[in-house]
Amino acid sequence: MRGTEGQVILAAEHLTKTYRSGERSLDVLRDVSFSLPSGETLAIVGPSGSGKTTLLGLCAGLDAPTQGTVRLAGEDLGGMDEDGRARVRNLHVGFVFQSFQLIPTLTAIENVMVPLELRGERGIEPEASRLLREVGLGERLGHYPAQLSGGEQQRVAIARAFINRPKLLFADEPTGNLDTETGRKVVESLFRMNEAMGTALVLVTHDLELARRAGRLIRLRGGLLVEDSGSGHGGRMGTS
Amino acid sequence: MAWRDSRASRRRLLLFTSCIVVGIAALVAVGSFGRALENAIEQQAKALLGADLSIGSRVRFTPEHEAFLSSLGGEQAREITFSSMIVFPRSGGTRLIQLRSLEGGFPYYGAIEADPPEAEAQFRSGSGVLVEESLLLQFGAVVGDEVRIGSLTTRVVGALRKVPGETVAFATIAPRVYLRLSELASTGLLREGSLARYRVLFRMPEGVNVTELVAEHQERLDALRLSVATVAQRQEDLGQAMRNLYQFLNLVGFVALLLGGVGIASAIQVHVKQKIPTVAVLRCLGCSVWEAFAIYVVQGVALGGLGVLVGAIAGLGIQHALPRVVADFVPFDVAMTVSWGAVVEAAAVGFGICLGFTLLPLMAIRRVAPLEVLRVAFEPRRRLDRFQWGTIVLLGLSVVAFALAHTRRWQDGLGFAGGLMLAFGVLALVSRGVIAAARRVRLPGWPFVIRQGWASVHRPNNRTLLLVVSLGLGTFLLLTLQWTQTTLLRQLISGQEGNRANAILFDIQPDQREGVAALVRENGMKVLDEAPIVTMRLKSIRGRPVEEILADTDGKAPGWALRREFRTTTSETLRESEKLTAGTWIPRVEPGVEPVPMSLEEGIAKELGVGLGDEVVWDVQGVPVRTTVTSLREVDWRRVQPNFFVVFPAGPMDDAPAFHVLVTRVESAEESARLQRAVVDRYPNVSAVDITLVLRTLDQILGKIAFAIRFMAMFTVATGLLVLVAAVLSGRWQRVRESILLRVLGASRRQVLRILLVEYAVLGLLAAVTGVALALAGSAALAVWVFQVAFAPPLAPAVWAILGVTGLTVATGLIASRGVATHPPLEILRSEG
Repeated sequence: MRGTEGQVILAAEHLTKTYRSGERSLDVLRDVSFSLPSGETLAIVGPSGSGKTTLLGLCAGLDAPTQGTVRLAGEDLGGMDEDGRARVRNLHVGFVFQSFQLIPTLTAIENVMVPLELRGERGIEPEASRLLREVGLGERLGHYPAQLSGGEQQRVAIARAFINRPKLLFADEPTGNLDTETGRKVVESLFRMNEAMGTALVLVTHDLELARRAGRLIRLRGGLLVEDSGSGHGGRMGTS
Repeated sequence: MAWRDSRASRRRLLLFTSCIVVGIAALVAVGSFGRALENAIEQQAKALLGADLSIGSRVRFTPEHEAFLSSLGGEQAREITFSSMIVFPRSGGTRLIQLRSLEGGFPYYGAIEADPPEAEAQFRSGSGVLVEESLLLQFGAVVGDEVRIGSLTTRVVGALRKVPGETVAFATIAPRVYLRLSELASTGLLREGSLARYRVLFRMPEGVNVTELVAEHQERLDALRLSVATVAQRQEDLGQAMRNLYQFLNLVGFVALLLGGVGIASAIQVHVKQKIPTVAVLRCLGCSVWEAFAIYVVQGVALGGLGVLVGAIAGLGIQHALPRVVADFVPFDVAMTVSWGAVVEAAAVGFGICLGFTLLPLMAIRRVAPLEVLRVAFEPRRRLDRFQWGTIVLLGLSVVAFALAHTRRWQDGLGFAGGLMLAFGVLALVSRGVIAAARRVRLPGWPFVIRQGWASVHRPNNRTLLLVVSLGLGTFLLLTLQWTQTTLLRQLISGQEGNRANAILFDIQPDQREGVAALVRENGMKVLDEAPIVTMRLKSIRGRPVEEILADTDGKAPGWALRREFRTTTSETLRESEKLTAGTWIPRVEPGVEPVPMSLEEGIAKELGVGLGDEVVWDVQGVPVRTTVTSLREVDWRRVQPNFFVVFPAGPMDDAPAFHVLVTRVESAEESARLQRAVVDRYPNVSAVDITLVLRTLDQILGKIAFAIRFMAMFTVATGLLVLVAAVLSGRWQRVRESILLRVLGASRRQVLRILLVEYAVLGLLAAVTGVALALAGSAALAVWVFQVAFAPPLAPAVWAILGVTGLTVATGLIASRGVATHPPLEILRSEG
């Protein structure tokens, strides 16, 4: 399962994001660079407003940087339009969000199947049920999100994140809306499946205990990357 | 609090208000216009008849008549009206007309409108004729052109535009031509037995009470078989007709209002759902159930008030369009005055209905528990409480009350309310069925976008019920109208195919019979049927004089059947359109046999209350003839051929004064014109009816009626579209969220748009197909039970309706969803906080 281990799956170089409002401009991310080999796990931490979410959005191709480049699974996102980035996400990326982000009008199994259905793949129901059984929801396939508890919804989201066998999984505060016990179970599922499928993981969290489970940690403050445990010196990194 | 709470949703709420604006506008416009109609009838009462009193007869006035008429006093004018042919020598055109020869000061009230204005005086002085403007246009004739009527050659002195108290619509069947009475003799057209109407028009001195005068002479009038029209009667008849028109328009407008109410209810339901967390927080903070409820009721009342205000203003604008819509059916000028009473009444009805539909979903607010701060219910609770049931019952009663107030008979009111509820119920039931079916049919193997679009029909928060009801109702109304119009026309046209007759020549004198038939054959046409016509009146039935039966207030036989002039014939055989249903057909009897055997049409026999073996005495132009009913016939009146209530065997009536009719078939308009010219040239008194022309005219009249109905139905369609827009916008936040999520998961913009397209196409298609199915059932029911004709609807309107409604739904849905697919996926992370 770890056949691609060692290759760089995500490379962010000199990422800067500036928001302009009339005459004023605000740099929310400044010259951040890092790379992530396949199968590795990375936690991004930092106080509110430090640019964590912006960095995640840029790395996942949800937004385009003002400066810098992102290469995801060997593809340069900078040269692509939104539909191109959507294709890359669909092929290589999985997502788990703090507030689950399930489609309320789809049942659990339908939610799980969406990424592959968008590719036009057929006969994916058995795989979707298998993943749901794996996260302990084998009895809840036909339930709508609102009929599930928060923990169950997040486990559906995890099953969905893995249905396309992604090379990279982005998780944004996956336990933020869950109680400690439920959060613990969800994290177990997440790491277990990540391990089993050899997926690289980028985790944004406030929870330092959770962050410590990742193999590597980078810390942001005021839009700057101030610490990267995987860089070998743990100090200020990537700023010019 | 209500104001502050609405801050975030004000624009959306205002859009929902627009759903009821159209319905209220319709009610206000129709209500105010209705009062204007009533005022016009009141103010122009005398001009509606043009005289104080009109006395008419189907036979030439006898000296006895004349003596009676003179005894009534007042100023008198005379008019003789009958059908004849006009010839335009310049173009060679001929056309059946209604020739009115007039002498005296009629109309005493109002005026005959003509172009040029001095034309009326010229025709009265005998300088020429006034010809219906549409007829001049048809033949490209102008004032000053020569025309021939019978043996009289004269000139057109003016184009006739308006006659007091008459509508334009029905004058198009036989255009009117006014001639001075003293000129009538020179036409040579009026002969013994001619089908003419004789009228004396009175202007009474001040102080004469015409109603009392008529009541005083009623017995004598009946005995002399004279018909009477007074201003009061005309006012009442016309008032009733106008009330029918106004009430009909009102009911159609009410459908739009109800539909808007359904739209509002649905929008408020979505609003309530979004407000549950707010209400739960308020409840946690100590707000009582009723205080929380009151916040949203105030919002609902404000919305309703605003909708009513905008609707009333729009309605006052639309009121100005209504006179043009019904212009051809209203025989007087309607001054455009605003009736504030009617506006307030319509606004109150609109507000009440709006409030009812607003309260229904708002009641759910009362049941929001503080606990919902922690967990929002998945679906609104479906079970209704007693307050909601009470509101539903009140709304139902309001519909019934409105219908009863706007129909003449309570049965009609209940029928309308029941029909409306049935239509809503069937549409709701069908959409529920569709939702259930969609839940089962999962379309395995179909592309994701199609399955996703299809699934939106049954998924939680779907808009299927609302859209199927609103768009389906509009489709149903318009298509039923279209199919009913087509069915009626087809029924008329069906007789014209193949070798069926389509031209009738009538008023042929016995000595002209051979000549006319020969002329028809010379022109290459066949004589398909001919019949002598003997006019007569009823004198007594089973020994009881007709006057006595008429005077008997308990009598069941209607006055029209007893008073009418019967056009009877003699025949040895049954016609193709006739079927013997009782008794024995007697082909011939020797002259002098009494009582003469007679065959009656079964409908008139039922009206008169006579059966086989009953004795009937006829007044055949002054001569009593004793007859017995020996057979009853069923007659297909829709066939173009001479059909009769009364048929005698050959023999006894051979010497009675008669004229003949002859029926033939013309293959083209040119052939018809050629025959008419040939006949009128040689026999000026003979008239020709070209059925194709009559059908074309009927088509125009039906078209005008349909236009008026369609105009009102468009209010329902417009409301349906507004409901659609409101429904799309109310679900927009959910669509945006789904779209962003799908984009995050890798969907292209095109895929998101295609999902939306499929969803709206499926909803539009369902609504259209349901509407078409209901229209099919409705039109079939109307055709079979009301019009009693065969129903074979053309498929094209259904196809157009399905394509049109689906296209419109997709277009409206996509326009209202503009921007849904282009939200940046990053918003998903921004919404996380």
